Amino acid sequence: MDLFEYQARDLFEKHGVPVLAAAIATTPDEAQVVATKIGGKVVVKAQVKVGGRGKAGGVKLAENPADAREKAGAILGMDIKGHVVRTVMIAAAAPIESEYYLAILLDRSNRTFLVMASVSGGMDIEEVAHTAPEKLAKIPVSAVDGISAAKAKEIISAANFPADVADQVANVLVKLWEVFQSEDATLVEVNPLVKTKDGKVIALDGKVTLDDNADFRQPDHGALIDQAAENPLEAAAKEKGLNYVKLEGEVGIIGNGAGLVMSTLDVVAYAGEKHGGVRPANFLDIGGGASAQVMADGLSIILGDKDVKSVFVNVFGGITACDAVATGIVQALELLGSKATKPIVVRLDGNNVLEGRAILNKAAHPLVQQLDTMDGAADRAAELAAK
Amino acid sequence: MSIFLNENTKVIVQGMTGSEGTKHTRRMLASGTKIVGGVTPGKGGQVVDIDGHQLPVFNTVAEAMSATGANASVVFVPPKFAKAAVIDAIDAAMPLVVVITEGIPVHDSASFYAYSLTKGTTRIVGPNCPGLISPGKSNIGIIPADITGAGPIGLVSKSGTLTYQMMYELRDIGFSTAVGIGGDPVIGTTHIDCLRAFQDDPDTKAIVMIGEIGGDAEERAAAFIGEYVTKPVVGYVAGFTAPEGKTMGHAGAIVSGSSGTAQGKKDALEAAGVKVGQTPSETARLLRAILGR
Repeated sequence: MDLFEYQARDLFEKHGVPVLAAAIATTPDEAQVVATKIGGKVVVKAQVKVGGRGKAGGVKLAENPADAREKAGAILGMDIKGHVVRTVMIAAAAPIESEYYLAILLDRSNRTFLVMASVSGGMDIEEVAHTAPEKLAKIPVSAVDGISAAKAKEIISAANFPADVADQVANVLVKLWEVFQSEDATLVEVNPLVKTKDGKVIALDGKVTLDDNADFRQPDHGALIDQAAENPLEAAAKEKGLNYVKLEGEVGIIGNGAGLVMSTLDVVAYAGEKHGGVRPANFLDIGGGASAQVMADGLSIILGDKDVKSVFVNVFGGITACDAVATGIVQALELLGSKATKPIVVRLDGNNVLEGRAILNKAAHPLVQQLDTMDGAADRAAELAAK
Repeated sequence: MSIFLNENTKVIVQGMTGSEGTKHTRRMLASGTKIVGGVTPGKGGQVVDIDGHQLPVFNTVAEAMSATGANASVVFVPPKFAKAAVIDAIDAAMPLVVVITEGIPVHDSASFYAYSLTKGTTRIVGPNCPGLISPGKSNIGIIPADITGAGPIGLVSKSGTLTYQMMYELRDIGFSTAVGIGGDPVIGTTHIDCLRAFQDDPDTKAIVMIGEIGGDAEERAAAFIGEYVTKPVVGYVAGFTAPEGKTMGHAGAIVSGSSGTAQGKKDALEAAGVKVGQTPSETARLLRAILGR
């Protein structure tokens, strides 16, 4: 899960990373109240989970609370690369002398953690990474050892931070490691990390990505989910414990196993090229044990998607037996009754396939048709969706 | 021959006394795997009867190894306790540890992987994987044993069900070993490790490599194939239709920016001389053409 800047800022503050006074507002009036509390000049910043916000006009300096009200009014509702601004953060303004860059992330390629640090931070850090990679130090960090004070000093020195801020930046890095580790983050980025005119080092903007697999030991992370941005079908699926992603298309997909479902989406998209360009409408992985209830939950989510014109159930019985899946489909259709209205193409293979196919044949539900191969079934489902 | 396991591999099951552990111990025994015991901290000293096999339970992997001579472990421990279980196996210098558990926090898997490197005596497969099978010899994990038999194909895949699908498509030919390496961001055994082992295995005549979106493992594997692998390789990559920024089921299956796309992986593999199928069936046909079957 990616966090908003203000959520990242709050996590930084919780772990002792120096940040500026700030609070959020969702209306211009609120912005004025917050700006009054903070006092002096403030910066009004759009809260969107996309880069390039500054260049799009989503960050504005306000001279006083009335001005903050006006600037918030201009930013709220703005569309930044398809993200509508619903919240602004009002932060104290700081006189900046230098901008640095600091990040800790998971380096998948090398299966380790990585610190990236540069004295050339700010909006153009990606440009710096491309054109002057020597200005961006990349230092691996072992997941076993982490970042001690000594390791932090070593990294900061390798990145050529000036002597007058080295100790402060090293301290920030140690605290960022604490954020990274204790919050189960896969990315903690500060850009810019600034030196103010009075010589203080402060995290001015931050980006944090949290690992959803760690939710069981991070009880506070549930509150960070952006409910407003969730697709209603995705939210309903999550409530049922289903692994569902809404896509733009007409063929509803249900399968078992993430890889097979991804493959099913592709095969349907290829088949769709012959049938007026129909596309898969969703990703839905029902996992290993496809009980009748799981199948019913899955089918009802997919049949609740008004874009869906046909459904493709693609199951390879590994651990799951196909007869159990077939029974699940039959029971699901009984549970759904007249709510089931779209044609359903089923392809079963693997464990107990003959029994599974026999169960569907015997039930002879008018909406259900069976095909023997994945490619053939994808073609039929695409054809039905194109009608 | 086979890679990483054979008919003499002696396996202990970490988490054998849990419901998943018991269920899959039963399946592994039925497919001929030499299961010699289990590990559940606090339950050492018990003996569990699974389908007539009297299996001793130990508190630690080290105790289990010295009592049974086990040289492989399979982990069915829930995410919360998985890290401790894998560390226990590494501390015992267990040569092969297959981590089936899904949903392990990446800080935990990065940590036990880094720890395994400091010791240098343990190969980890997974986490979040179906395990590996050499049909007729040994089956460590949850891959169904009855899909196909022994044969000349080596298979490596991030995905469990695509592994099963591909084994099914090529069931008349058979497999030397099929390895499900898992779809998490940090895994212990990579495509490259398996490609190297298949290249060096005299009984493997052709290799199927299945990848999916996310990371750059397939691109790295392509480079490795160009350098090292002389046996024919066919490839398949899932996730052409996956949009950017949406995690497709596996924690590692996510396209970020221009990196990790299926097209990029396909291009890299083809540049290394790998024939890449557009669907699993087409991939199987490509392999048949190579083997003349």
